[in-house]
Amino acid sequence: MKFQIEDVTVYFPYDHIYPEQYSYMLDLKRALDAKGHCLLEMPTGTGKTIALLSLITSYALCKPSNPVKLLYCTRTVHEMEKTLAELRRLHKYQLDHLGPAARILAIGLSSRKNLCINPSVVTAENRDSVDAACRKLTASWVRALAAENPRVPTCEFFETFEKAGSDGVLPPGVYTLQDLRAFGKEKEWCPYFLARHMVQFANVVVYSYQYLLDPKVAGIISKEMQRESVVVFDEAHNIDNVCIEALSVSVRSQTLEGATRNLNKMSQEVERFKATDAGRLRAEYNRLVEGLAQRGNLPISDTWLSNPALPDDIVKEAVPGNIRRAEHFLSVLRRLVQYLKGRLQTENVEKEGPVAFVASINAQVGIDQKMLRFCYDRLHSLMLTLEITDTDEFLHIQTICDFATLVGTYTRGFSLIIEPFDERMPNIPDPVLQLSCHDASLAIKPVFERFQTVVITSGTLSPIDLYPRLLNFNPVVSRSFTMSLTRDCICPMVLTRGSDQLPVSTKYDMRTDEGVERNYGKLLLEMVSIVPDGIVCFFVSYSYMDGIVNSWNEKGILKEIMQHKLVFIETQDVVETTLALDNYRKACDCGRGAVFFSVARGKVAEGIDFDRHYGRLVIMFGVPFQYTLSRILGARLEYLRETFQIKEGDFLTFDALRQAAQCVGRVIRSKADYGMMIFADKRYSRHDKRSKLPGWILSHLRDAHLNLSTDMAAHIAREFLRKMAQPYDKSGGSGRKTLLSQEDLEKMENGSLGEMF
Amino acid sequence: MVDGKVIKRAKHKSSVKDPGTPGILEMSEDRFIFTPHNPKSSPSLNVLFRLIKGHKFTKEGTKQDLRPLLNLTHEQGGNYIFEFENFSDRDVCKEFVGRAITMPTEAGKDGSEQSTVAAQDEQLSTKEMERRIKLLQEDSELQKLHKQFVLGGVLTEAEFWATRKKLLDGDTSRVTRQRAGFKSALLSDVKPSADGRSNRVTFNLTPEIIHQIFAEKPAVHRAYLKFVPNKMTEKDFWTKYCRAEYLHSTKNAVAAAAEAAEDEELAVFLKHDDVWASEARHKIRRVDPTLDMEADEGDDYIHLPDHGMSRDGSDNATDSQYDEYRRSLSQVLNRHGAVVLEGRSIDVELGDTRSVAEALARSKQVELANGASDGMVNQERLERISQLAEIEDLQASRDLPLAPLFIKDPREYFDSQQANAIKTLGDTLAGTRQIKCSLSTSEAYGSLRERISEVKISGLGDPIVKPAVAFKVFDGLTQNIKSTKYQRGKNPQESVLDGLPKITKEELLHHWTSIEELLKHFWSSYPITTSYLYVKVRRLKDAMSQIYPKLQEIKESVQSDCRHQVSLLVQPMLQALDAAFAHYDADLQKRSAKSGDRPNGFV
Repeated sequence: MKFQIEDVTVYFPYDHIYPEQYSYMLDLKRALDAKGHCLLEMPTGTGKTIALLSLITSYALCKPSNPVKLLYCTRTVHEMEKTLAELRRLHKYQLDHLGPAARILAIGLSSRKNLCINPSVVTAENRDSVDAACRKLTASWVRALAAENPRVPTCEFFETFEKAGSDGVLPPGVYTLQDLRAFGKEKEWCPYFLARHMVQFANVVVYSYQYLLDPKVAGIISKEMQRESVVVFDEAHNIDNVCIEALSVSVRSQTLEGATRNLNKMSQEVERFKATDAGRLRAEYNRLVEGLAQRGNLPISDTWLSNPALPDDIVKEAVPGNIRRAEHFLSVLRRLVQYLKGRLQTENVEKEGPVAFVASINAQVGIDQKMLRFCYDRLHSLMLTLEITDTDEFLHIQTICDFATLVGTYTRGFSLIIEPFDERMPNIPDPVLQLSCHDASLAIKPVFERFQTVVITSGTLSPIDLYPRLLNFNPVVSRSFTMSLTRDCICPMVLTRGSDQLPVSTKYDMRTDEGVERNYGKLLLEMVSIVPDGIVCFFVSYSYMDGIVNSWNEKGILKEIMQHKLVFIETQDVVETTLALDNYRKACDCGRGAVFFSVARGKVAEGIDFDRHYGRLVIMFGVPFQYTLSRILGARLEYLRETFQIKEGDFLTFDALRQAAQCVGRVIRSKADYGMMIFADKRYSRHDKRSKLPGWILSHLRDAHLNLSTDMAAHIAREFLRKMAQPYDKSGGSGRKTLLSQEDLEKMENGSLGEMF
Repeated sequence: MVDGKVIKRAKHKSSVKDPGTPGILEMSEDRFIFTPHNPKSSPSLNVLFRLIKGHKFTKEGTKQDLRPLLNLTHEQGGNYIFEFENFSDRDVCKEFVGRAITMPTEAGKDGSEQSTVAAQDEQLSTKEMERRIKLLQEDSELQKLHKQFVLGGVLTEAEFWATRKKLLDGDTSRVTRQRAGFKSALLSDVKPSADGRSNRVTFNLTPEIIHQIFAEKPAVHRAYLKFVPNKMTEKDFWTKYCRAEYLHSTKNAVAAAAEAAEDEELAVFLKHDDVWASEARHKIRRVDPTLDMEADEGDDYIHLPDHGMSRDGSDNATDSQYDEYRRSLSQVLNRHGAVVLEGRSIDVELGDTRSVAEALARSKQVELANGASDGMVNQERLERISQLAEIEDLQASRDLPLAPLFIKDPREYFDSQQANAIKTLGDTLAGTRQIKCSLSTSEAYGSLRERISEVKISGLGDPIVKPAVAFKVFDGLTQNIKSTKYQRGKNPQESVLDGLPKITKEELLHHWTSIEELLKHFWSSYPITTSYLYVKVRRLKDAMSQIYPKLQEIKESVQSDCRHQVSLLVQPMLQALDAAFAHYDADLQKRSAKSGDRPNGFV
């Protein structure tokens, strides 16, 4: 359908539209007009993504003189695929209605591991070895060598792509990673470098958060994006965590040992170069004198992870004199590693700020703040000079330099924590030194400054006023939408007691209780016999899930569950989890039905949808609090209290409940879909916890469903499923419209807008 | 065909574990008779071979403790198990039985072949023919009908099949054989069971379990193919396997590692399954990209080793040298689920482990070969993704492909459904009654008054059903239900039919199906437009009128206590036939009247 929002003609690839999608677009349009940032919360299952994509692409089509570019950030690769699938549909629709004028180029961008088509490279087992294998074939000096000596292997795909030169472009269209690979295979061009090249010209780029937020990656990929871009962070409820993780480093004793090995290797190389090609080292020295530590115009194949500190914080000056010579720099690094080794040998937990830490380094090994700050770029320059291609071997020394640069750059918002052992296993020495960032606004600040519009959106952003504080920005639009439902298609329940009326909870003192475990098992058993197709269960942690599943197995509950449905479990191994998910879907498709056990805050909870028959019921076993004894969390809470006056308890509850809401929110995809949500913990019945849930869940949580036992929940579930099986009027009947057609929209434009919402 | 008789000494057993009743088993051409030595201990058996649909027997020499058994499966379910004194006796009987029970099916085949000769005029492809023959063989009821009407000349072959076009559709004939998949339940039987007195633990392996082990643990499968005949005996192999299972069940990774270090073969069972891991790597390439979390890991530059946060509550796996020997329940569960979903890929009778193992290996190879050429799969996957991306209620729905429902025995299925329905009906009735109780008098009065005032305004509408008719139907139904209830009690599982003598029941069912068939053809022939139809209708009428007296006969033949029931059952049949006859007569009259007007009419 096609309709007007103020001066923009919006092309929307469906016959109908939800009223909340319409008002979402309206607010988004105003933010675009105002060239400001916005914060929009809309419940899952109301088609956020498609509303966003169709408004922004239509907006760009309406203003052909100065089209905005869309940088769409997803958290995961599979969400990227989903977004591109929706965009493809939209693009097809726009082409049908507008013809060639609607042509755009949209690409998904990922790492070499996901894009490489060279069979000898892509078979490497992890991302870093793929990167290194690629570099071994494509680094500029390798290629220079190959030009002289044909026996030096290169990558044919990269070579043909280079040969194509300016012809090496993608025709307009929507390209998923799969499409890029297929295109690359057909043309024999390297899809990775092609995509990197096309990023500058594309109208829509879909990539992962870190390509904008993590300075290491963003410094390379996103440095040339124009200001007239719209940046969208989808599913952004965890954005603060991503931001602080992007600026955090931890150092273990293995890292230090590895770094020492790396340093030895580099010393040997330096000696070798001194003997054979002293000119190279001298050239590097001269370059550094002129202040060319940052890699200005390196060939595309030589770039690597960039500086871990944010571009604005990097001083534009020459590398200090005392680390310009390679052997001097190496000895500085040796001293640093030695110092860190000494610090790790502590018996007690130590915590200090970056300023004190830098001062103590300076006092003990004579490395000042400025030298620390340049460590990363100096290392990088040295590695290029030494023509090191097996970069995956040098990750340890890189980590040390990351650490040094960060600790030398920032004086506030960070803390250093040294723990001699893990709190839960005090007998096993496992010292770790962590530099953790507490201020989420640091990493995202350059994004807000560089781009004119940044959209932060998710199904759960409550309380919505907290995010601008955490991220330190002023949105021009900040709005939380409710969901108008045609029928009560979601059914949240709070289960506080088992069938024996004893309370259930994952509170620390109760979680290993036999009775609680049995009651949780009985709850699931009851539900598998009632609910058709898929059921998803979320547990508070991996160890808790392992424990309870084993206990169910011993008690025979698991066997009974398996008489009704197959069981699949998320594990720490991603390959296995992916296959388990695939099989879970198969089992739901073929009607056999399945249960998926997953972990809140786990990878599955972050981005996999369990919509329609893939999830008719979600059970959240317990409240997913963070591990509160963690010192990092403690330090962060302290920081939050001091800077934002946010109470510890409040933040923890907020964080736990947004995770819980995120877990259960994955069951609804549209208003025709339906699903139940069971919060199985007595703590959910308390008002201070429950009230942190997003409004669209709370508005469906009836008072009668607040304090249920297993048998009552089973009864409610039966009734609900029976009700949902009845046919209904999709447009919402005579009352409030929940589905608008083109006619309705036209009427609205003429008449009063307000009454619909 | 079958020469004479066979008489052997044998024991009849109600189950395999039953000690059995000694007696004499006598087999003749069409039946077998078992007479126990002690006539008081158990009744003698006299069963027609016609009713036996299969036989099973134990293999000689596979295991020592096996006894020579012969198991005959009755058509209506239930088995007759005989134990013989030795294998040679058993083999003689086995062959005899084998020949005897193939006879009836052969007869059926002969019958359908005859019919093809009769219907030669319609030029059928051999494929079509085979399909029909196959259908007849599989469905004895259909065969009976076919025999009665087509061979009896009431219907032609073409007419008979015309109403069953659906059955003949290509797809159905392909899916007719449905393989039973694996059970959803985990392999609980391989759990060690201790007898409590000694330190010994026992494991129980059946062919079914072995098959499942092979499917779920490809490394064991590979080891079996590699080791078994050459390096060790089958028994040793499984002993080792069980030893490994036992070690796993103790959850002592250190002990497992120690044992594995000493014994190379044992290590195969204890270590992680590398075959499965490599298959997983293969499979992950075909996974739906919207689920692919591995790709995600490849894109994650925050989690470089040692970057980001650690120790924030996520449990790092404690990696140690024993990790290899640790097995998690979740892994087992995930694999089990995968295997169950894949289903049974081989078609070999379980029992001979070696052949099962080889067949499995073959099917794996085929799978791999198929996997190499997965262009089509890719295309399908892309389509699926784009479909999944749609929001379903924002546009007109599209028809999703449906898998046909496959019900083995429709009659049994629907009977049980009905029983369930009656049961739930009972439940809800009880529920409403309770609600009624809570209604207060004033409320009831109010609602009544409302009704009355409504009627006053709008007046009484014409009743849709005449009260007299309604009363009659109601009365009939109540009486029927009442008497049935009186006879049968409240058990909804039992139907009236089960209470009747077996012969009567079968006859009734048979007549019912034949009447159904005839009526179907009869009514579909109206209005009569060609002389061919006219002839057909007359033929059908004759056939139906032949059934009429038979029904009467049944009614009279049953004993007085069931007579009422039978007459109730027969009544609707008779009514249906009467209606057909009435229509026939009326039509004939009309026709003759017409033909009077127009003497040159075609009739």
